[in-house]
Amino acid sequence: MNMELSRRGFMKAAGAGVAATSLGAMGFGGAEAAVIAHVRPMKLASTTETRNTCTYCSVACGIIMYSKGDVRKGERAELVHVEGDADHPTNLGTLCPKGAALKDFVRAETRLRQPMHRRPGSDRFEPISWDAALDRIARLMKDDRDANFLASNADGVPVNRWATTGMLAASATTNETAWATFKVAKTLGIVGFDNQARV
Amino acid sequence: MSMANGPDSPRTAVSNPPVQPMASNLGAGDLIRRSATSDLPPPTRQLTPVAKLIDVSKCIGCKACQSACIEWNDTLPAVGENVGVYENPHDLTENMFTLMRFTEWVNPATDSLEWLIRKDGCMHCADPGCLKACPAPGAIVQYSNGIVDFIHENCIGCGYCVKGCPFNIPRISKADHRSYKCTLCSDRVAVGQGPACAKACPTQAIVFGTKEDMKKHAEGRIADLKSRGYSQAGLYDPPGVGGTHVMYVLHHADKPQIYAGLPENPSISPLVQSWKGVTKYVGMAAMSMLAVGSVIHGVFGRANRVSREEEEEAERLVEQGDETPPHDPRERRP
Amino acid sequence: MTNAWTDIKNTDLVVVMGGNAAEAHPCGFKWVTEAKAHRGAKLIVVDPRYTRTASVSDVYAPIRQGSDITFLNAVINYCIQNDKVQWEYTKAYTNAAFIVKEGFGYADGLFSGYDEEKRDYDRSSWDYEFGEDGFAKVDPTLQHPRCVWNLLKAHVAAYTPELVERICGTPRQKFLQIAGMIAECSSPTKTMTSMYALGWTQHSHGAQNIRAMAMLQLILGNIGVRGGGMNALRGHSNIQGLTDLGLMSHLLTGYLNMPTEKEVDYKTYMASRQFRPLRPGQTSYWQNYSKFMVSFQKAMWGDAATAENDWCYHYLSKLDVPAYDILRMFELMNQGKVNGYICQGFNPLLAFPNRGKVAAGLARLKFLITMDPLETETARFWENHGDFNDVDTKAIQTEVFQLPTVCFAEDQGSLTNSGRWLQWFWPAATPPGEAKADTWIMAQIFLRMRELYRKEGGAFPDPILNLSWQYHNPGEPEPEELAKEINGRALTDLRDPADPSRILVEAGKQVVNFSQLRDDGSTMSGCWIYSGCFNEAGNNMARRDNHDPDNTGAHPNWTFAWPLNRRTLYNRASADLDGKPWDPSRKLLEWDGAKWVGYDVPDIAPTAKPRDVMPFIMNQEGVSRLFARGMLRDGPFPAHMEPFESPIANPFNPKMRGNPVGRIFESDVAQFGTSEEFPYAATSYRLTEHFHYWTKHNRVNAALQPEFFVELSEELAREKGIAGGSWVRVWSKRGSVRAKAVVTKRIRPLICDGKTVHVIGIPLHWGFVGAARKGFGPNSLSPFVGEANIETPGYKAFLVNIEPSTAPRGGVVA
Repeated sequence: MNMELSRRGFMKAAGAGVAATSLGAMGFGGAEAAVIAHVRPMKLASTTETRNTCTYCSVACGIIMYSKGDVRKGERAELVHVEGDADHPTNLGTLCPKGAALKDFVRAETRLRQPMHRRPGSDRFEPISWDAALDRIARLMKDDRDANFLASNADGVPVNRWATTGMLAASATTNETAWATFKVAKTLGIVGFDNQARV
Repeated sequence: MSMANGPDSPRTAVSNPPVQPMASNLGAGDLIRRSATSDLPPPTRQLTPVAKLIDVSKCIGCKACQSACIEWNDTLPAVGENVGVYENPHDLTENMFTLMRFTEWVNPATDSLEWLIRKDGCMHCADPGCLKACPAPGAIVQYSNGIVDFIHENCIGCGYCVKGCPFNIPRISKADHRSYKCTLCSDRVAVGQGPACAKACPTQAIVFGTKEDMKKHAEGRIADLKSRGYSQAGLYDPPGVGGTHVMYVLHHADKPQIYAGLPENPSISPLVQSWKGVTKYVGMAAMSMLAVGSVIHGVFGRANRVSREEEEEAERLVEQGDETPPHDPRERRP
Repeated sequence: MTNAWTDIKNTDLVVVMGGNAAEAHPCGFKWVTEAKAHRGAKLIVVDPRYTRTASVSDVYAPIRQGSDITFLNAVINYCIQNDKVQWEYTKAYTNAAFIVKEGFGYADGLFSGYDEEKRDYDRSSWDYEFGEDGFAKVDPTLQHPRCVWNLLKAHVAAYTPELVERICGTPRQKFLQIAGMIAECSSPTKTMTSMYALGWTQHSHGAQNIRAMAMLQLILGNIGVRGGGMNALRGHSNIQGLTDLGLMSHLLTGYLNMPTEKEVDYKTYMASRQFRPLRPGQTSYWQNYSKFMVSFQKAMWGDAATAENDWCYHYLSKLDVPAYDILRMFELMNQGKVNGYICQGFNPLLAFPNRGKVAAGLARLKFLITMDPLETETARFWENHGDFNDVDTKAIQTEVFQLPTVCFAEDQGSLTNSGRWLQWFWPAATPPGEAKADTWIMAQIFLRMRELYRKEGGAFPDPILNLSWQYHNPGEPEPEELAKEINGRALTDLRDPADPSRILVEAGKQVVNFSQLRDDGSTMSGCWIYSGCFNEAGNNMARRDNHDPDNTGAHPNWTFAWPLNRRTLYNRASADLDGKPWDPSRKLLEWDGAKWVGYDVPDIAPTAKPRDVMPFIMNQEGVSRLFARGMLRDGPFPAHMEPFESPIANPFNPKMRGNPVGRIFESDVAQFGTSEEFPYAATSYRLTEHFHYWTKHNRVNAALQPEFFVELSEELAREKGIAGGSWVRVWSKRGSVRAKAVVTKRIRPLICDGKTVHVIGIPLHWGFVGAARKGFGPNSLSPFVGEANIETPGYKAFLVNIEPSTAPRGGVVA
């Protein structure tokens, strides 16, 4: 059989008056045609639905996340699709170009998967274990706090400021995370504490 | 609300898709046309025609439709470059079935700038030029609800659909040499849902429902636009292609061309109409190969584009043609 | 937002100024299109660029960035001149009738009390005249020459349509058309909504931009009503929450303040927070401050907080400056005074102004910790990326930790939207690799440090050792535990003061809401304004009843809105003095003879009689303030101020640069450019296809808007020989970027003060990591200027130059 078939070839064949037979004549009846004339299967079938809120702006659109697997049953779950929640009073199921593509944010190639460490002067990140990273961080922070904590000012007023280490808190985290973060940062005396309210 | 998996067409795109396995509500019995097929049995039922209505005056050009389309159809357009315009990708592609086209137009009557933003994509013509031009049996089908869908397994990548389309919509993939375009989310419609773009559209500039409802909705929008001084506001549902299942509300319906070249009176070229006789033979040949078990696409070494030479040859063949195209009674429109 | 997104459908007129709602908040903007389609509402857009919002507007007017106060003061003047004032509202619900002290004045662009040396005002003259009874004096007839109304009238008189044309570059006729449309909303049955965002806040006079519109809304009677209000379209999904919870240098939770060094003890701290009513019978709700403060301190330090130690008052840091805001911290970093920095979900290398200074600051750190779901430029600030990040890697001695966190899809908890709704969400996916929740990371750092302090001792360990940390798993507090702590609970049985035999709340039970909080140590609550979010009725933030009786847009049983599930702030003002709705078709509340009834939780006591208690209960006056007293550093009325870098001199005072009390550091002064050197007026903004620097990691959004560009007019492009799609170089006194040029009719040259002003638009979404092409951000160019009151950096108005150029070195493909 001629593997170089092209439309051109077809045209020539047609022009040459190759005997035409109908589909039916070739043994393809209605049932076969139905198989060929199909629509794509519904891709969300048998996925797990979870209600969530878009992570971007503070319109806070309701979204439904469709996963393979169910984290609430302790299973591994992979996000396969995101759609606006038609029951949500604000967005009524709609999403903007960012919200509509949330799945590809969650599954971005540049999602971080393990703690990394860059040594002074180095030109690369190297993997580090959580324990090693956290121990080192706690040590660096404590040493800096102990060395630079200002317990009181010139007038002897207790001021309890640790101004040499600062923190920026994420405005896409939950209120609950924010409260935990607040407690830690303020109790340590970090005054250079801010969020995205201004920027 | 939608008639999830009900017997007829969905009425809205504003609903949450089902996750329980469901049978498709669009089957062979719903076909009213099939490319290069003369003996299609009559449809077993008539679905209510559906339509997507795009109100250009409500569109904010946010590209949510593009984003939702990519996500739903699992296409992934390449990251391109900026060439000085807002259109990205720069054109429809096999991975981008819909595209916002932006036109900065100074209205000569008011001397004020209008940023005309039109969502381009398949119009789902009632009289589909792509289907009529298609030589591959069953590569393009039309359902009784109005959806014109490409069945990629049957596509031979010849590009006739591109030539046959008065709106220049289908695009041939360089990777698999098949033709792609908007399906009107036939897989969603088949389970009682509206298209992904219409669901996502933040301002509901894109709405979906029965064609009749969409025309009524358009009337209200047009009245609103007229009250705001757009005296020529109107509906775009071009009769030259038998009307479309994707319609526009335009503020300047008297000048569709200003919306990035929307055709004023689109129709299928007479040439394509007459290809029909030839393509029938071609289709048979293609099917005969399928019948012997070849997967045509796996063996094509190059894209099957329509070249100028080929077109000329087609014309010659048509002129010489001694076969009269078989008459299809369903072609006749009231 | 004073109102909710869903309430915008009730409006008659939308003014989008200082924002670009269609572009930055498309799904919120839906409610504008609803109002247009179903109420026949009109949309006005005033912006230097013809934006996507403008593309669906009824009227668009251009304005030079940074000149909004002039425009708004002129609208106020227009309304006064044309008697388009909601008089009954203005007289009853604002401080129009209050009499201002003698000595207050305004001349040559400055208010009374300016000290050029200190770059500050002595604000003592910016106050009311008080009677012997301690109450502010008023003249309800508005005849007194120094009543607020007459001072306002005099102040805005200079702001004519001609001045608008001269300063803003807005054609006079366009201004008059818009002023006329706005003025119609002085009718009690017509409302206007203001939708604004960072286009107003990110100026050295940002607070005054917003005040000007708020004052206009007040004299039109549009605050507290359906379809009205001042609606700040906030950026991040929980920026409202993080602000409410006080994750800022100068705040504690619920808008309680961090103490200053001057507040040497708790008594002194509280002395300035008595919030005595300034008019008879007014609520002045902040009189409850101590209940919220003590409950907060008990939430922090539990049993360690006692009456004897002033509830651990000295565990709190005392500020010596108004705030250690981001600009100050990077200034200190550059001075070598900061050693460590933690960036949780934050990318300062692209987000903060004057990138050169930011990069230099990071390079002086000993350690940097980033916590993020994604790669960030900040985590890799030491990596050389050609022109995109041209650093000497070896010379940078900063130790960097990049910690992977979960993102929303793998997390659960609540987020607070612009309309103050706290909405709970649930996790749907397994975190990738070893990514961890932020709560886990914060807990791990805390527990390790606490352990070190236990073992080794160290600087003032008490607050660390005594921090209340009683969670089921101290290593990872659960969201519900934290939410309950935020709501607060009774620590001992709370008895009814009227009937001590009656227990209102048993010890250990959640309080119903903040009305049950006490200042005797018997209650705790992490954040009083959120109290009610998770009480004994359960997690109210997880409520999902979306019914909306009579389609008001309130959705009262959908999640929880702070405070007390109130959906529209100042809703008492939706009714007249007698408690009848101004517009019966848009009723919110009404007085039924015994109590307030309607669609929302009233913001005054439910049985407070209509003529007794005025609507603005958080103000000591009980009414709203057209005159802000000394509460803002840059004036009790908004006055025109130019940006620090401006193409024209301030017509009120040509010698005055920027905001006379705007916060600038000595080291930055040399980095301000002049219009001779940098003739073009630049502004920065978001595009709808992207969210900050996040979505460039997303291949879909990267495909929809792949590459950094700047926008300029056809006129300027012709003048400079710049073709659309070609490379240009844009530079300021602080830095230089290369971008593709988008040449557009949507930007047109303005004529300001007789001079042609070309605007250059610079979107902000590109960097050197992610799926999109490598690019720059406007922060390479923008100045290190802080807003006078709140230190917000001014990103929206600065000067640049532009020329045709070539591609940057280092390759644009990431």
